[in-house]
Amino acid sequence: MTEQEQPKPAKPKIPRQKMREQDPLERAHNFYEVALGYDNDLALLESSRCLKCKKPYCMAGCPVEVDIPDFISMVKAGDVLGASWKLKEKNSLPRIAGRVCPQESQCESKCVLNKKGKGEPCAIGRLERYVADWAAEHAEGKMPELPKPTGLKVGVVGSGPAGLTLAGALIKKGVAVTVFEALHELGGVLVYGIPEFRLPKAIVRSEIDELRQLGVEFKTNWVVGRIETVDDLLEKRKFDAVFIGTGAGAPLFLRIPGENLNGVYSANEYLTRSNLMKAYMFPEWDTPVAKGRRVVVFGGGNVAMDSARTALRLGAEEVTIVYRRTMDELPARSEEVHHAIEEGVKFQLLTAPQEILGKETGWAVGVKCQKMELGEPDDSGRRRPVPVAGAYFDIECDTVIVAIGNAANPLVPSTTKNLETNKWGNIVADLETGKTSKDRVWAGGDIVTGAATVILAMGAGRKSALSMLQTFGI
Amino acid sequence: MFEILAKERIGPGVNRAVISAPDIARAHKPGQFIILRTQENGERIPLTVADKDAEKGTITLVWQEVGVTTYYMGTMCPGDKLQDLCGPLGKPTHIEKFGTVVGVGGGIGVAPLYPITKGMHDAGNHVITILGARTEGLLIMTDDMKKVSDETLIATDDGSFGIHGFVTQVLQGLIDKGTKIDLCAAIGPVPMMRAVVKVTKAANIPTVVSLNPIMVDGTGMCGACRVEVGGKTMFGCVDGPEFDGFEVDFDLLMKRLAMYKGPELIALNKFRETPRGCECEIPGGTS
Repeated sequence: MTEQEQPKPAKPKIPRQKMREQDPLERAHNFYEVALGYDNDLALLESSRCLKCKKPYCMAGCPVEVDIPDFISMVKAGDVLGASWKLKEKNSLPRIAGRVCPQESQCESKCVLNKKGKGEPCAIGRLERYVADWAAEHAEGKMPELPKPTGLKVGVVGSGPAGLTLAGALIKKGVAVTVFEALHELGGVLVYGIPEFRLPKAIVRSEIDELRQLGVEFKTNWVVGRIETVDDLLEKRKFDAVFIGTGAGAPLFLRIPGENLNGVYSANEYLTRSNLMKAYMFPEWDTPVAKGRRVVVFGGGNVAMDSARTALRLGAEEVTIVYRRTMDELPARSEEVHHAIEEGVKFQLLTAPQEILGKETGWAVGVKCQKMELGEPDDSGRRRPVPVAGAYFDIECDTVIVAIGNAANPLVPSTTKNLETNKWGNIVADLETGKTSKDRVWAGGDIVTGAATVILAMGAGRKSALSMLQTFGI
Repeated sequence: MFEILAKERIGPGVNRAVISAPDIARAHKPGQFIILRTQENGERIPLTVADKDAEKGTITLVWQEVGVTTYYMGTMCPGDKLQDLCGPLGKPTHIEKFGTVVGVGGGIGVAPLYPITKGMHDAGNHVITILGARTEGLLIMTDDMKKVSDETLIATDDGSFGIHGFVTQVLQGLIDKGTKIDLCAAIGPVPMMRAVVKVTKAANIPTVVSLNPIMVDGTGMCGACRVEVGGKTMFGCVDGPEFDGFEVDFDLLMKRLAMYKGPELIALNKFRETPRGCECEIPGGTS
C-alpha cells in the first residue's frame, strides 16, 4: 500500500450507515422487501466516507468494473442522475446488483477503509442501490444516446443476469440483440429463484424494460434446442454470434431413500412455485405449494436461506436448516444468514441427512440424520465433515427442501453441434472471453462455471460482450 | 398470444381446440408436449399435442376438465387467446419400422397416442389400435385413429360400444391368438398403463408408456416431475415423457399425482364460484 492511499488524518470518522429494514417479526410473515434502502441523507453521509483512492482497489473487486469512486463522488456532489449514468456505463442491471451482489466479498472487501482495519468498508452496494433506485424513480424515459446500428446482430439464449448484461453492453454499441427465454417471464433466476422479499419482481421488470427501450428484442416461451437449435440461430436466422447463458438449471438431489416422497421439493421447484408462479397468493393465483408446518431445508447457501425464509413466510411454524459443517463454513452471504436468524430460522449444524422418512400415503414425515464432526481440510480448503459413528437422530417434518446445488441443464449443449462440454455437462468456455469451442458461439454464467452468483454471471456476460465487440472490430 | 381458432366439445368434459402457434407447429414431433398458461394468474400445465399443421401454423390440443386450468379452458372460445404456450418439450417418440405396433389408448390418452400412431403408420408399421373407455360417450377420436391404423379394436367397460371389457383383455386376446407384436405403446390413466405393462411383460413385448407427472417449468429446471424408472430418478419433462413401461414405478407416480388433491379442490371450488372468461359453455357441463 502506498502513501497516497492513506486516509487524511483530519477526516472525521463517520460510521458505516445502516440500511433501514423491515422489522424481523413482521417481515417473516410478508413477502415485501426486507431491506428498505438509504434515503437521501443517509446516502450523502455514506458517500462522504469514500476516500477516493487514486488506485481504487474496490474496482478490481467488481466483476463488471464499475467506476466506483467516480459514481460515489457524484453522489457526494449531489448529482445522483450523473452517478446513475456512470454506474450504467458498466452495469446494465444496477438495481439488481445493488440488492443481490455479495458486495462484502467483492468491492467492499477491497475497500481501503476495510483493509486498513480502521473500520468498516464504504457501503458501495447500498450506494449503488440508492443511485439506481433514485434514477428509476426520477429519470424515467431518459435514455443514453445510442450509436448508429452496426448491422450486426446477436442471439442470446436465456434471459438471466449473464444474458441481460451482455444484451445491455452490446445494444449500447449499436449491435442488435434478440434474447430467447424458455419461461413466460424474463429474468431467469432473478424471477424464479430469488424471492420477492430480497429482489422484487418490479425491480427486475424495470431493468428489463430499460433494455427493451434501448432496443433489445425479447422472445418468451421460446425454447432454444427445441423450437430451433443454436445452429439454426446462426444459419437460418443469420445471427452474427450467439451467447449461451442458460444457467445451472438442473436441481441436484442427495440420492438418499425417500427423496421422491410427497412434500420433498428441490429448492428450484419450491422457489419457482412461490416466486414465479406466486403460490403465496394461492388460490388467487392458481399454483399451489405445500405450506409445511415443520420444514427442513438441506444446504447452507443463499438458495437454502431463500427457501427457509420463504417457508416461514408461507406460514411454517418451524423451519430448520440442516447443514453438514458449522456456521463458519456456511456458503451463504452473512447478511442473509443474519436475516434468516433474525426471522427465526433454526440451524441444525454438523448434521447430514441420511433418509427421508415417509408414511404409506407417500408423504414425508421426517428426516433421519447423522451427526458430523469436522476433520481435515479437503480440496476446497474447508474442513471435511466426518460422520460421528452411531450418532443418528430424527427430525420430524412434513416438508423437505433440497437446496444442495444445481447441475448444467443439458438441453442446449446436447442439441448444439461441436460444442465442447466438461464431465459435469458444463460448456467449456474461456473465462476471460467467454469463447467456446464452437465458432461464433460464446457462453457464460452458471452454464460454464456451475452454480455461482448473479454478479459473476453478469461479469461473464460483460466479458463475452467485450470479446464479441473485439471480434466484430468495434 | 396464442389464439384459439376452433374449439369443440368431443365428449363429456372433453374438448378439442385448434390453436395458432406457428413456431411450435413447425418444430413439433410425435410424443412431444407443450406447457400452457391460460392467463396471468394461471398455473403452468403440460398437455400433449394431439395434432399439428405446420403449414397453417396450428396445433391441436385435447383436454379433459379435471382442474382449474382445464375447466377454465373449457370456457374459452374461438377468438380467445392463451397467455402462454411453450414448446415443443420432451423427447420425441422413437419412430422406425418395428413391424407390428400395437397402440393402446385409454380415455383422454387417445389424444397423445394419435400422433405416435400416425408416425408409426407413416413409417410403414402394421398398426393395431386398441381404444378403451368406461362407456361409449367417453370414447374420443375413434375416426381419427381408424385413419392411421390397419386395425382398430374398441372396448368399453360397460359394453355400450365395441367389445365388452378392458383394453388389456383385448390385448391379451391378440397375444393368445398368436399375433406377433414388436412394440406396444400405451397411453392412458396410470392404472391402465400399469395393467397393460403387466400383460406385455408376461409376453415379453417391449412397451413404451407416456407419463404425465406434475410439472412446473418443463425444461428440466425444477424437478417436480420426478419419476422412478429402473430404480433411478428421472425427470418426466426432459428424460421423457416416454419411458420403458417395464421399468416405471407406477405406484410412486400415482402417489405423486395425488400430491395437490386438496389445493386443487380449493382452486376448483373458487373457480366455480367466480365465473370468468367466455361463458358460451357452462364449466363442467355435459353438453
